Amino acid sequence: MIDYLIQYPDYIIVPFLEHLKITAITMLLSCLIAGLVSVLIMRSKVLSNLVVGMFSAVYAVPSLALFAMLIPFLGLGERTAIFVLTVYNQYILVKNIIAGFQSINPAIIEAAYGMGMSDLQIFFKVRLPLASPIILAGMKVAVVSTIGIATIAATINAGGLGTLLFDGLRTQNMVKIAWGTLLSSLLAVGANSLLNLLERKVQKITNEN
Amino acid sequence: MNTAIEFKSVGKRFPKSEHDAVSNLSLTISDGELVTILGTSGCGKTTLLKMVNRIYEPDSGQINFYGKPINEMNPVKLRREIGYVIQQVGLFPHMSIADNIATVPKILGWDKNRISARVDELLELIELDPKEYRKRYPRQLSGGQQQRVGLARALAADPSLMLLDEPFGAIDAITRRSLQDELLKIHRKFGKTFLFVTHDIHEAFRLGDRILIMDGGSVQQYAKPSEILKNPANDFVERLVSSARQEEIEWNAGGDGNDRLSHPIS
Repeated sequence: MIDYLIQYPDYIIVPFLEHLKITAITMLLSCLIAGLVSVLIMRSKVLSNLVVGMFSAVYAVPSLALFAMLIPFLGLGERTAIFVLTVYNQYILVKNIIAGFQSINPAIIEAAYGMGMSDLQIFFKVRLPLASPIILAGMKVAVVSTIGIATIAATINAGGLGTLLFDGLRTQNMVKIAWGTLLSSLLAVGANSLLNLLERKVQKITNEN
Repeated sequence: MNTAIEFKSVGKRFPKSEHDAVSNLSLTISDGELVTILGTSGCGKTTLLKMVNRIYEPDSGQINFYGKPINEMNPVKLRREIGYVIQQVGLFPHMSIADNIATVPKILGWDKNRISARVDELLELIELDPKEYRKRYPRQLSGGQQQRVGLARALAADPSLMLLDEPFGAIDAITRRSLQDELLKIHRKFGKTFLFVTHDIHEAFRLGDRILIMDGGSVQQYAKPSEILKNPANDFVERLVSSARQEEIEWNAGGDGNDRLSHPIS
């Protein structure tokens, strides 16, 4: 395996970096959009159930089918992959963001209002820190699922570690398959530790305030 | 004596409700008074309390806070002048006890040393050793201790008025008694105006300079405890007082002759 890496470093490093890029862009976009969507729908229970239900229906569509369906509109490549992955993440992220905010004991919010905290102060000092463990848990699931599903995006020419896996499958090259598997797992573990770090940071900040 | 709060023909009906939660209510609360609001659940006592800090808005009438109509004040600023304690306490679970108590002083922009000194002072007031409790989190405290901290948090920025919504309702009888004692001590020490909602007649009589008895959204009697016992204003008050007396008689009859209760009522 190491021989292969030394011999053809680009065959491994390039797909790894592509995968990293797809994952990073997807997560950034997903979190931004999910945050926005959640803020818009949170106040209405009916609306949030409807939207989360819709996302869950999309989430249930197999990724290969969704990629295929979107090729006529978005073409082949990275862009389509990022689009699909971002749509998938909405279910996980929006569901967790809403669950996070709903998990807060209403008495805490009432006390906060009663003390004379403004809406913004309550959001940043009370609601967000209290919802953040559940939101971060959602982000961890989303990042792992993104890394996994992104391998399938190789089928629509998006690059990434999926190319190693599919090439390996086609040519019965176990070394390629092993590298593909190892690196996507490493990526997932790495992303998770990064989020754990973020979690500790968030806790520290809220405790100091 | 100055008037702290004045209700002028205040009415409130919740959407989808068939009757008023509070109907055409007028009364005044003097500065420095401890008024207990007594009534059964659904009598409008909590609604009345929450209209004072504008958690609820009245449909009609006007409420004055030291002479100023509260509907002309910014609700957020108004609330910072009013301490608010609720039965569920509502401490912030992600903040230490010290940070919980410091919430309003921090919003008001006090400097660090002043906040720190104030936190220590309040912890001593509620008889929790600052060294031991400053850094603890709410979940590490008993229910009674949590409510003590809730009280300290409400007192932190030295508000002129305290609103307390059944603060000891979920606390065991022994701890409740000691909390009542502490509340009386705090009230005497600072001379602030306290509005204290309760459904416990013993608590209402024990704490109140005056008692406001409510039923069906209106005032049944608003007088000193001794006056209520001597001259109940109507059947409802009469029944309320006699049921409490009956309870005490049963307590004593069930015992072995030892006096188990002090008798605030009889």
